[in-house]
Amino acid sequence: MASRIQIPATKYPVERFTLANGLRVVLSPDRSAPVVGVAVVYDVGIRSEPEGRTGFAHLFEHLMFQGSENLEKLAHFRHVQGAGGSFNGSTHLDYTDYFEVLPAGALERALFLEADRMRGPRLTEENLRNQVDVVKEEIRVNVLNRPYGGFPWLKLPPVMFRTFPNAHDGYGSFEDLESATVADAQGFFDRYYACGNAVLSVAGDFDVAEATAMIERHFGDVPARPAPVLPDFAEPDLDGERRESYVDRIAPLPAVAAGYRVPDPIGAFDAYLPFSVLAEVLTDGDASRLVERLVQRDRSVTNVGGYLGFMGDEYQVRNPTALLLQAHMPPGGDAGKVLSTIDEELDRLAADGLQPGELERTQARMGARLLQGTDEVLGRALPMAVLELQRGRPELLNELPKLISEVTAEQIVAAAATLRPERRATVEVKPGAGA
Amino acid sequence: MTTKTLPDLVPDAELTLPRQAERKLPNGLTVIAIRRESVPLVEVRLRIPFGRAPLAAATLLSQSLFTGTATMTMLDIAAELQAVGGGLAAGTDPDRLQISGNALVDGLPRTLEILAGVLTGAAYPGEEVVTERERLVDNIQVALSQPAHLARVALLKRMYLTHPYAVQTPAPEDVRAVEPEALRELHADRVRPGGAVLVLVGDIDPEQAIDVAEKTLGGWTGEARDGDIPPTPALQPGPLLLVDRPGSVQSSLRIALPALTRTDPDYAALTLANLVFGGYFSSRWVENIREDKGYTYGSHSVVEHFVAGSALLAAADVATEVTGPSLLETSYELGRIASLPPGEEELEQARRYALGTLRLGMSTQAGLAGVASVYAGFGLRLEHLREHSAALAAATREQVAEVAARHLAPSRAVIVVLGDAEKIEGQLAALTVVERSAQ
Repeated sequence: MASRIQIPATKYPVERFTLANGLRVVLSPDRSAPVVGVAVVYDVGIRSEPEGRTGFAHLFEHLMFQGSENLEKLAHFRHVQGAGGSFNGSTHLDYTDYFEVLPAGALERALFLEADRMRGPRLTEENLRNQVDVVKEEIRVNVLNRPYGGFPWLKLPPVMFRTFPNAHDGYGSFEDLESATVADAQGFFDRYYACGNAVLSVAGDFDVAEATAMIERHFGDVPARPAPVLPDFAEPDLDGERRESYVDRIAPLPAVAAGYRVPDPIGAFDAYLPFSVLAEVLTDGDASRLVERLVQRDRSVTNVGGYLGFMGDEYQVRNPTALLLQAHMPPGGDAGKVLSTIDEELDRLAADGLQPGELERTQARMGARLLQGTDEVLGRALPMAVLELQRGRPELLNELPKLISEVTAEQIVAAAATLRPERRATVEVKPGAGA
Repeated sequence: MTTKTLPDLVPDAELTLPRQAERKLPNGLTVIAIRRESVPLVEVRLRIPFGRAPLAAATLLSQSLFTGTATMTMLDIAAELQAVGGGLAAGTDPDRLQISGNALVDGLPRTLEILAGVLTGAAYPGEEVVTERERLVDNIQVALSQPAHLARVALLKRMYLTHPYAVQTPAPEDVRAVEPEALRELHADRVRPGGAVLVLVGDIDPEQAIDVAEKTLGGWTGEARDGDIPPTPALQPGPLLLVDRPGSVQSSLRIALPALTRTDPDYAALTLANLVFGGYFSSRWVENIREDKGYTYGSHSVVEHFVAGSALLAAADVATEVTGPSLLETSYELGRIASLPPGEEELEQARRYALGTLRLGMSTQAGLAGVASVYAGFGLRLEHLREHSAALAAATREQVAEVAARHLAPSRAVIVVLGDAEKIEGQLAALTVVERSAQ
C-alpha cells in the first residue's frame, strides 16, 4: 500500500451578512470561470406540510415558477435560459431550494428573478390546476410507471417512523394534490416563504462589493417577515425490528432496503460524521465490505449502496434521519439472508476493526468526491445556503474533507456496533413482474 | 404595486480556451491534457474505437475489465485506486469502449499505472466474469421493465433497421453465452491504442501530464482493427409504431427526425431550430404540452451524434388519456417550426441559451473533460467550441427556417409510442396510420 495520501481541502472564501429585512446572504467569490451559481433556500420541506395535504411542499415548489409580481407565467424560464443559464428547484425533507447557474454577466438578472418571487408568486387557480396535472405526471413517470419507483425514499419512512411529518409520502396522494386550493397555497407562502426564513447564496465569478449592492437593490425592499418557529420532528428510536414488504407490479427482481437511526446531524455532528464514513466503508466500490461480500463472494445481491439521509443529502438534513443500506437481488433472492449477512459483516467490523489502509482509502475517495462536487458553482452555492440555513456555518463545506480525514477507526467501529437488527426498519420489494 | 424592470445582461467576455497540450504516442494513442486548476483533481477519459465489436461480449467486457490482472485481484485494483482518491469505470456505446474516472491530482501516476495494467493485462478470471455476467443479465432484465428503455429499443430498431446501431443492448441469452475466453480474445483483438484518445483535465501541467501518460501507457501496444461502421440509413417515415405495454399509466412518445453532423455548415442553425421547437425548457413544445396543457412532466428533443450518423430525437411521457392530443400538439409544433421562421426574440433567446450553456459546460474539470473527449471521438478539438460559437452567433432566422423545413417537418418523423395499446390505439389511429409492434 502506498504511503498515505494527503486529502486536500478547498479554501473557497465565505462572506456572510443579513439584510435589514432578515434575509441571510452567503457569498463565495471565485474568478476561475465566468459563471455564477445562485441559490435561494427556504426553511420548509416535506416534514412541514399539513396533514391532508401530502405533497404540498413539492407542489408549491412548482407554483414558485409560475409567475410573480413583475413576471408573467413562463417569464422566469425564458429570462434564465435567454441569459444562457439553467435553473431548477427541489423539495427536500427539511428545505426547498431554487437555483440558477448562468454566465457571470447574468447575475443581476438572476437576483431580480429570485427577489420577485420572494415578494410574491402569482398563485392563480389556472396555474394551480395546471401544475397539479404536471406533478401527477411527475409521479407517474418517477413512481407509478417505473419499476422500483420511490424505492426506498418513499417506501421506507412509513416503516421507520410513526409521526405524520416523518412517515408520510412526500410526493403526495393524487387525492390530496387534487384538493389543494389557492388559499392553501397563499397560506403556505405566508407562513413559510418569509425572507426571514430564507438564505440567498451566490458562488462564482463576481465582485463582492458589486454583488452586495445588487442584492441590496433587489432584495432590500422585500417586506420583512420573520421565520416561523421551527418544529421539533424528533421521534423515539425503534424498540424492535420492523419489517414490511410490498409487491411492485412492474419490478422484475426482488430488492430490500434497511434503515438505522443515526445521531442528530446538527446537534451531535461529531457523533454523526463517523456514520457518513461508515456508509462508504461498507459500500463504496468493489473493495468495500458489503460489495466484496454480498456481490462478489456470496452473489446474493447484484448491487448494494449505503448513504445517510433518505434523499442522499447527508449534510443537509436535520434530526431524525437514518443510515440506509439498499440492495437489488438476483431472481429468487432472499432478503432475510441478505440482512443476516449484513449483520454478520457489521459484527465482524465491530469485533475485528478495520483492515490496514481501509479507512484511509475510503477517506481519500470521499475527499475526491467532495472536491468534484465543489468544482461546480452550484456545488458550492447550494450546500453553503443550506449549511447557513440549518447551522449558520456555510464554511463547513470547506472543512468537511479535513473533518472526514480525522474520523478514527475506533469511531467507525463504535458506529458499526450501533447498527443492530432490533434498531432496524426494512422494506422489501417483491417482484410482481414475471422474473 | 411598483413595476420593476429586468436588469440588462452584461455581455460575455470573449471565449477563452484553457491551456492544453496534445501528443500522439508511438503506440498510436493520442493524449490530450488540459489545465484547469480549480480543484486538486484530475479527470481521466479514455475512448477506444469499438465499432462492430460483438454486442454481448463487448458489453460484458466493459463490466469485467477491472476484475483482475496477473498481479492484481479485483479487490487490489479497487483498493489501490481508492487509496489515491481514484475510481475508474468502463462502458460501451456502438462506437467505442470508454473508461472514465478521476483521482486526487497527486494520484494521477498511480491511476495511470493501474489503468495500464488493466489495458495490457486484464485477465478476465472465470469466477469474477461469471459474477459480472449474472449481474449484467439482471441489469438487462430490470432495463426491460423500464418504459424509457423499451421505447428506445423499439425506436432504434425502427430507425436503423439492419444497421449495426439498431440494437444497442444485448439479449440476456446472448450475454449468458459469453465465456471468459471470448473476452480475452476480444480484448486482445480490440483493446488497442491505435485510434484511441486519452483526455486528462485538471490541476496539471499539460506537458508533464502527457510525459507521465507516455511513460506509463507506452507499453500498451498492438494494431487496432478497422471498426468502421457504414453510414446510417436515411430515416424512412411510415406508420406510427405502437408498442403495447398493458397496464401502463403513461404513454412514452418517441420521435426520430433527420439531423446533421457537428461539422455540417448548417449544424448551428439546426441546433437553434431544435431549441426553439423542443430542445430546452423555454421551447414551444414544453410551453404547449406541459405549461399550457399539463399533459406531461417533461418533453425534450436533442440531436444525438454517433460516429456513423446523427439523429434528432424527441421524447415525452404523457398521461394515457391524452396520448392522442399530445401527438396532435407535437405534430402541430413540428409543422409550425418547419413552415414559419422563428420570432426574432425567440431566436435570440435560444441563441443566448446555446452560447451560455457552452460556457457553463466548460466551467468544471468534469465538464471540460466530457466536451474534449466527446469532440475527440469525432476528430475535433476544443478549438471547435470557438467555431461552433461563431456559427451560433451568426445563424439567421432564414437559415434556421430553411434547416427546420428540411429536418423537423412532421412528414419526416419516425414515431414510436409505447403504452397501454387498448387505451391509446384509437386515440392515435384518429390522427395517423398505426401499426402494432410485432413483439
